[in-house]
Amino acid sequence: MDELLSVADLETRFRTPEGEVAAVAGVSFAIDPGESLGVVGESGSGKSQVFLSIMGLLAKNGRCSGQVRFRGEDILGLPAARLNALRGSRMSMIFQDPMTSLNPYLTVSRQLTEVVVEHLGLSRDQARARALEALERVGLPDPAARIDLYPHAFSGGMRQRVMIAMAILCQPELLIADEPTTALDVTIQAQILDLMRVLKRESNTATVIITHDLGVVAGLCDQVMVMYAGRLVETGSVREIFYQPRHPYTRGLLRAMPRLDDIQDGLLDTIPGQPPNLQALPPGCAYQERCPQVYPRCRSERPELRILGPRRGVACHLELGP
Amino acid sequence: MAARIMIAFAARRCLSALPTLLIVITLAFFMMRLAPGGPFDQERALPPEIERNVLAAYNLDQPLWRQYLDYLADLTRGDFGPSFKYRDFTVAELIANGFPASLQIGGLAMLCAIVFGVGLGTVAALHQNSPLDYTVMTFAMTGIAVPNFVMAPLLTLLFGVYLSLLPVAGWGDGAWANKLLPVIALALPQVAYIARLTRGSMIEVLNSNYIRTARAKGLREGLVVTRHAVKGALLPVVSYLGPATAAVATGSVVIETIFDIPGTGRYFVEGALNRDYPLVMGVVVFYAAMIIALNLAVDLLYGLMDPKLRRP
Ligand SMILES: Nc1ncnc2c1ncn2[C@@H]1O[C@H](COP(=O)(O)OP(=O)(O)OP(=O)(O)O)[C@@H](O)[C@H]1O
Ligand code: SF4
Ligand SMILES: [Mg+2]
Repeated sequence: MDELLSVADLETRFRTPEGEVAAVAGVSFAIDPGESLGVVGESGSGKSQVFLSIMGLLAKNGRCSGQVRFRGEDILGLPAARLNALRGSRMSMIFQDPMTSLNPYLTVSRQLTEVVVEHLGLSRDQARARALEALERVGLPDPAARIDLYPHAFSGGMRQRVMIAMAILCQPELLIADEPTTALDVTIQAQILDLMRVLKRESNTATVIITHDLGVVAGLCDQVMVMYAGRLVETGSVREIFYQPRHPYTRGLLRAMPRLDDIQDGLLDTIPGQPPNLQALPPGCAYQERCPQVYPRCRSERPELRILGPRRGVACHLELGP
Repeated sequence: MAARIMIAFAARRCLSALPTLLIVITLAFFMMRLAPGGPFDQERALPPEIERNVLAAYNLDQPLWRQYLDYLADLTRGDFGPSFKYRDFTVAELIANGFPASLQIGGLAMLCAIVFGVGLGTVAALHQNSPLDYTVMTFAMTGIAVPNFVMAPLLTLLFGVYLSLLPVAGWGDGAWANKLLPVIALALPQVAYIARLTRGSMIEVLNSNYIRTARAKGLREGLVVTRHAVKGALLPVVSYLGPATAAVATGSVVIETIFDIPGTGRYFVEGALNRDYPLVMGVVVFYAAMIIALNLAVDLLYGLMDPKLRRP
């Protein structure tokens, strides 16, 4: 078993005043060392919660069950004290919103050095040198002059670079980037994606890129996982997902993707309709209301993820017939 | 650089405090005179010409606006005038005489309010929705809802009368046993309020994105709270310290009277009952100036804690 991370039957539920919400339901997947996985889906499909569950960072009202193994060791639901040996050093996470994800009351140098002081036991001076080196690597201009500033002196793009520097300080085996570019403007987005690509090439770190933009996945990932309403609806290699999509939702996402060669009509087909309310899921397939190919079986029987190959799966009744 | 900005800020705030002070003085001056009765009513009815002489001696025969302007002129020279009731003392002497006791009671009450308020609020936030949390919050609601003129006699009854543990009143030359009940009575509402404030802002900070980042870094929960959460969570408490001082100052007037403590607050009450205009005015001006100064100190402290204000 040389998988870096393997997840089986992950379920994440939130208690809310209106009842329980299953934000993630029965998700299974695996990541090999050095591999790059893209996780795609619309807002609210449970992408973030899968990885927050794995990192032990769920909100207070959240509970998760299932099995998560990191290098063979079961880590799901470990107490924070045990997880802390892994978090920030062997697996780290970059968040969606760089403007609020850094502590406004501590200098950037403090926020970086504390990671290596905690995990590697470096001295203050060594930690500072390490932090400067990481800031250099992520392309922060003039790090020596900026490292002692507070985050509010940084733009969104610079803050995201700081977040990335923080995540790679201990050379993690797994780096999870939760929509690292969504909150940034387009030119900065491209720069950050370039940076992610360079980091991927230069290190043996496995990466997870969470995004709702299939275009991001195309340039960065080996494997793709498509999520809908808390479930995995299709997995495959980037080539398979782009050239032989099997799930109507994946096809919808692909049609909604802006492309340079899309010159026929210049119009994008966004998927009509809204994702379903997780608290009132219909029986059968969660995508039925929006699916162009829906047929009676879809309304009564929920399609399980069918394994088509070692890293290939789809959850749809279509090819099975009635 | 930063120090220069701070000093300029302090100077600007002092200047802008002057109109506030003037309004306080003006309101207090005329409200005092609106109250029925005069300073010499309680004594035996004086023969008319003697009364006229007494009034003339204290300038009370002048028109009100004249008295007001004279009072302001005296104030600018730092002269609070003589007391009508304690004729051998100036108002400044009486304030200086009473202030040490008031400062001890008030200062200790503020200290308790901060230490216990922040402590209880943090504990409650860290155990949100546990029995511990509910206990602290019930205590806080009670502390806020029960006014100190009700709390003080209750405390006296319990500890002074039934349990006979502590003296019911008096200063005892500043003995600890005598200070305990007044300090508790004065501090309770503030402990309660600060505990609630701390709990609320601590919970908000603990749910914030940057705390999630701190946890994602694998820091121990103790460090997450002390290094990452406390600073942000305490900012609302710091900005409440100004109003808290004002509340403690006004509360001390009641508490000093109930516990018979020879402080500035008790002079204020006696002065008001006796229509001792200069004494009342003196205490009002003194407390107003002190509260304004403390508010300024609090703002400077806030500026030191919030990096956005420190480095423009
Ligand atoms: N603390 C919470 N309490 C209740 N429900 C929650 C909570 N956190 C998340 N959810 C629900 O879980 C679902 C999945 O959320 P998640 O954050 O994983 O979405 P996402 O796919 O990452 O979307 P986005 O692209 O907007 O980040 C959402 O419907 C959300 O309402
Ligand atoms: S199961 Fe049916 S409704 Fe669901 S995606 Fe497949 S065809 Fe569409
Ligand atoms: Mg998300």
